[in-house]
Parts: sequence; C-alpha cells; structure tokens
Amino acid sequence: MLTEFATVLVFIVLGAVTVALMLGVSRLLQPRDQTAVKLSTYECGEVPFGSSWVQFNIRFYVIALIFIVFDVEVALLYPWAVIFQRLGLLAFVEALVFIVILMAGLAYVWKEGDLDWVRAMQENPAGKGGK
Amino acid sequence: MNGPADLIFYILAALTVGSAILVAILPNIVYSAIALLFAFAGVAGLYVFLSADFLAATQVLVYVGGILILILFAVFLSHRISDVKLSNPARFHWQAAFICLSLFGVLSYTVVSTSFPVKPGTVYQPSTAEIGELLMTRYLLPFEVASVLLLAALIGAALLSRPEGRKGTSSDMEEPK
Repeated sequence: MLTEFATVLVFIVLGAVTVALMLGVSRLLQPRDQTAVKLSTYECGEVPFGSSWVQFNIRFYVIALIFIVFDVEVALLYPWAVIFQRLGLLAFVEALVFIVILMAGLAYVWKEGDLDWVRAMQENPAGKGGK
Repeated sequence: MNGPADLIFYILAALTVGSAILVAILPNIVYSAIALLFAFAGVAGLYVFLSADFLAATQVLVYVGGILILILFAVFLSHRISDVKLSNPARFHWQAAFICLSLFGVLSYTVVSTSFPVKPGTVYQPSTAEIGELLMTRYLLPFEVASVLLLAALIGAALLSRPEGRKGTSSDMEEPK
C-alpha cells in the first residue's frame, strides 16, 4: 500500500517542481516594464471595476451544501463498490435503500427550487452577490 | 519503518502543524482558508502513515474537495466583508488559551489512556474492501442511518439557507405578480 502512495507522493512532488520551474523560468526570462493597465486584474477582456471583496450570492452556499451531502454519500459508497460483486444481491439492495433515502432529499430540494438559479435571479433582481 | 518514510512523516507533520498555526495567526481570513487546505492535505498524508488508506482518500475527497470550498463560500458570504480591513483579528486571548489548553488536556488524556490494538498482518494493507464488508454486514444499520442523517442535513441546510421571503412551500412562488 505504501508503494502506491509513494506514486502519489512522486506525482505531488513532480507537480510542485513543474509549477516552480515554469514560474521561475518565466520570471528569469520576462521583461519587466509594468504599467497600471498590465497590473490590473484580467477579466476576460472586460474592464474590471470595484473590489473583489463582494458578498457572494447565498445560492452558491446552498449548492455547495448539497454537493457536500452527496460527496459524503459517494465516499460511503466506495467500500460497497469494492466488494459488492462478492456479496451479491443483498449488498445491492442495501446500497439501493441507502441511495433511495438520499434521492428523497434531492427530490425535495429540487421541488422546493433550491437548485433553481433563474427564478432566484428574477425574484431578486438586485442580485446581492452579482458582479 | 525505514529512513525516508520517517523523513516524509516529519515533513507531513510539520506541514500540518505549520499550516494549522498559519490558519490561526494569518491576518487575512481568505489566507487562513488557503492555509487550511494544506493542513487538511497534511492530515490526509498522516492517515496514509496510519495505514488508513480509505480514510486518507475520503479526507481528500470530502475535506479538501468539499468542506474547504464551503468554508471559502462562508467567508465570501460574510455580511459587509469589504468593510473589514483586518478580517481575522486576534481577540479574547485568555479565553482562547483556556479553551485550547483544556481541549489539549482532554485529548492527551484520551490518547494516553486508550489502548490502540493493532490487528496483526494488516499494517499497510488496502483496507477499503474490509470496511465495505463490515458496512454491509455488521454495521449495516449505522450505514443506513448515516443516509438518514445525510438526508436530515440536506433538508435542514436547504431550509436554513433559503433567502428571506421564500420560507413557504413552492406554491407561493407560482403566484402571478
């Protein structure tokens, strides 16, 4: 098991070294004549305005919360996925019960419009967190 | 354990503790959140050294990939965050010291007084299959109850984070304006 994780470690180290090399080489080679325009934030060609410290829309938080719940669900299903061929039908039904219970939650938030962006924007056109 | 593994362990431990200290002392709360990323990742590495490969993967999946995003969103959602120059000020030193030292005492007592039996022949073996086997047989009820707990968390979170004025059921949203 440690051998497999050593592979992960090598990957992390190589990734870090690659990033450091790329930034370092570019720092060595780049011409340095900075103007105010060059130092401004790149916003896909738009002219940036205001501060980046704005209050985000609460919708992001709801989506993130729902994501975490299903993230944990997937994490709990991994051990099942490893052995379910060995345990057969019983394990399949057990996991099905597990998923169906959480599916009820998904149906609930879907029905209540918590996954809905457009309607929220129409109701709240000021868009507290928008740009 | 041989030489290089020991060295990696100490690097990981230093990374975890150092990042945790940075979380506490950095003046900008967004930097604190980023430092938390490295603390979580370091803990995942420590799980590997504890022969808990499944836990390490879950740590990366749930904490690094999920909880941290949630914390960042919570920071960005803070009311009038733009008005605060020093967003992570240090206050209540004595109270914090008291609570932290008490917690440290309880935790060290637990660590010292608990025996941690090691199942022979299982160190650094893949543990996911065994966890799955136990979840499907001996710990089936906790497994299913966990899904009910997640359901409660999901509904509670959705209900609490709903903006004001949308507290009712979905029917009042379809009323014409």
